[in-house]
Amino acid sequence: MPHIEPGSEQALIALEGVEKWYGTFHALKNINLSVHKGEKIVLCGPSGSGKSTLIRCINRLEDIQRGRIVVEGLTLDDSGKTVDAVRREVGMVFQSFNLFPHMTIIENCMLAPMRVRAMSKADARDIATKYLGKVRIGDQADKYPAQLSGGQQQRAAIARALCMEPKVMLFDEPTSALDPEMVKEVLDTMIGLARDGMTMICVTHEMGFARQVADRVIFMASGEVIEEAQPDEFFSTPRHDRTKAFLGEILAHH
Amino acid sequence: MASIGVNELLFLLQGLKWTIALAAIGFAGGGLFGLGVALSRVSTHAVLWRAGAAYIAVFQGTPLLMQLFVVYYGIGLLGVNVDAWIAVAIAFTLHASAFLGEIWRGGIQSVPKGQTEAGKALGLHYVSRMKDVILPQALKISLPATIGFLVQLVKGTSLAAIVGFVELSRAGQIVSNQTFRPLMVFAIIGAIYFALCWPLSLWGASMERRLAKSAR
Repeated sequence: MPHIEPGSEQALIALEGVEKWYGTFHALKNINLSVHKGEKIVLCGPSGSGKSTLIRCINRLEDIQRGRIVVEGLTLDDSGKTVDAVRREVGMVFQSFNLFPHMTIIENCMLAPMRVRAMSKADARDIATKYLGKVRIGDQADKYPAQLSGGQQQRAAIARALCMEPKVMLFDEPTSALDPEMVKEVLDTMIGLARDGMTMICVTHEMGFARQVADRVIFMASGEVIEEAQPDEFFSTPRHDRTKAFLGEILAHH
Repeated sequence: MASIGVNELLFLLQGLKWTIALAAIGFAGGGLFGLGVALSRVSTHAVLWRAGAAYIAVFQGTPLLMQLFVVYYGIGLLGVNVDAWIAVAIAFTLHASAFLGEIWRGGIQSVPKGQTEAGKALGLHYVSRMKDVILPQALKISLPATIGFLVQLVKGTSLAAIVGFVELSRAGQIVSNQTFRPLMVFAIIGAIYFALCWPLSLWGASMERRLAKSAR
């Protein structure tokens, strides 16, 4: 993959004036964000601030009422075709893993390449083996999700998303459901992915991870982007009171 | 008073054959259409959803006996001469699909939403999401209730006697009329139904235990 400096081309993902309501609840307010190839964004904020909703709009798990979302030059609309095209290029990792419990780990990884990319079984197996090795659970390939620890399950879920060779990875609180001793193995996997140049948008409260890999940290509250800065600046000199309050609370635990 | 001999027993077994055939037809037809009914009930398409709800309301809310009557004599009234087999197959399919559709709807809805979301996020289309991800889990959850319904269906086939089928119950009635030993005959009939349904019930119960265990 050729290395391209951020800003040297059209944004991979662009959100312009995005607004979302759940009934009368205003979940996202005038969100403007562009993400370039290779960029790593960390989204943080108190619960209910809209950060998960925001990334779920990017692969159309949620629809929006106003504004525009462009992924890889495709403007998301109601047509199934665009949604399919976008989802093919955008991988997602969930807080609760969402592995398919009735399939083995490798079958979990092979399903989408076979069904969506029309890959042969042998090719799908090769690619699944490759990515399971990459997240260091190649030896668990033939087990069922319930037989794995939480950390292993989440790494399997990362491998499953990678098997589609996406251009962007969305992480929705990937370590929040994990026991503390398993957080590190998942973060290490994500750091490895970041080093390989993957474009990533991560909703997480892991501030150590944010410091280490983020190009930008975005702080959200009440559906709005409150502050956006490089990690050093974000942690050392937060500008807004709400950011300061949030950091005070979250860093007190670490 | 005649005795119950080998011929009478063979006649009853002949009836049992039809009972099993009727249950199999009802279950196969009901399974096929029931899947359609279940999918319409979980669809986001308002028209489909309403149609599924109406279908279930009508066929769960009226007696099977009446449905058999309506289909068998109703089609005849339209001037179409239908074979009793076809009429019964249609009636049992309608009946079973309404019940199985509702059972499986519940199964589909009890699969966590995250499974659908993971499928969507991977780019899987509706058919693959259903066939590969949701239905295998939903059917497993629904298996005990499905088997329970199958037991009901086996016993419900006795109603087909109304349109002239000599299935197990009707065969028993005939033998009883010939031999004047109703108690004996219906004891045998009861035992045969029991031998058919009890293992199914046991199987359903053991499935339920296994599911409860694996859910932990």
